[in-house]
Amino acid sequence: MSISRQIVDDFVANDVSFITTVPCKQLAGVIDEVEARPEIFHIPSNKEDEGMGLCAGAFMGGKRPAIIMQNTAIGVTINTLATLTQYYRMPLPMLISYRGELREPVACQVEMAVHTKALLNQMNIPTYHFHKESDADELDAILKYTFMCNKPVAILTDASFWGGYGDQ
Amino acid sequence: MIRSEILRDIAPILRDQLVVCNIGLPSQELHMIDDNARNFYMLGTMGLSSSIGLGLALAQDKTVISIDGDGSVLTNLGTLPTIANNVADNYTLLIIDNGSYGSTGDQPTYAGKKTRLENVASACGCENVVVCKDVDTGKVLQEAIDSKQMTVIVSKCDSGNIKLPVITMDPVVIRDRFMKAVAS
Repeated sequence: MSISRQIVDDFVANDVSFITTVPCKQLAGVIDEVEARPEIFHIPSNKEDEGMGLCAGAFMGGKRPAIIMQNTAIGVTINTLATLTQYYRMPLPMLISYRGELREPVACQVEMAVHTKALLNQMNIPTYHFHKESDADELDAILKYTFMCNKPVAILTDASFWGGYGDQ
Repeated sequence: MIRSEILRDIAPILRDQLVVCNIGLPSQELHMIDDNARNFYMLGTMGLSSSIGLGLALAQDKTVISIDGDGSVLTNLGTLPTIANNVADNYTLLIIDNGSYGSTGDQPTYAGKKTRLENVASACGCENVVVCKDVDTGKVLQEAIDSKQMTVIVSKCDSGNIKLPVITMDPVVIRDRFMKAVAS
């Protein structure tokens, strides 16, 4: 089974039915899989804070939401995480491509990578780092944990996890 | 009319609907005029009233009205194409356009200058965009609800504020009672 399919299977098994995405090359496969699933309403957003607003509304409407985005978005969404998701105590799994790690070809991506875990730590956001494909076996438990505690939870997925950057 | 007068005017229409209300004075005014469990007050996060309302409308069948301001829509301008391309016919976005950032001291917005949010919404693909005068907001809002078609209303009004206290209700209480009203 492809890793993208496995990830989306876990979302579906945990009743996540509203997913917003802002694309990243690493996440293309999982976004295609989200789009293909009839169990999931896929709503692309133009910016990640907008996506978190959509997820907050969907949660209050009775759906389990998730956001898929790049780690640069942590820089965009600190205020929304603090004053919406955390302040109103809402669950939000964040599947994040962790750009700027080993095998990264674009130097600028490293500039946010070095801040990513520090910012998540500063925000008291539970953070899991998928480096090897087998790390994704924990996703089911991470999703259950997220909806148990009603917090935003970060799942960082680096280039090694996705198998590098191909021909880039 | 200023925004608080419009809110007072349309409160009887809002009362039976799920309302997501913009940060700052709009939420404080609605809270003072007609606090009830069907109101979701934003205490922070400028710009996301329209996004929260759209997510809510897409997730369930009850009518949802997002009350937003011209300044907040400009803050989250990417919301308009998302709304246009994800039609929820139980959703109305009411933009109270007073051409200023009311909660921060009435600094002018670009909507009060050359930018026309109704044109932006139409250019983004929103199909039912209605511009109205402040005094007609209630009538236009009721028509939008009754039409059962997703509508963006731009209500043009005067800038100006009234003095009133901040909302001290706990955010989790606001959210919890709102979710119970959504589910009821």
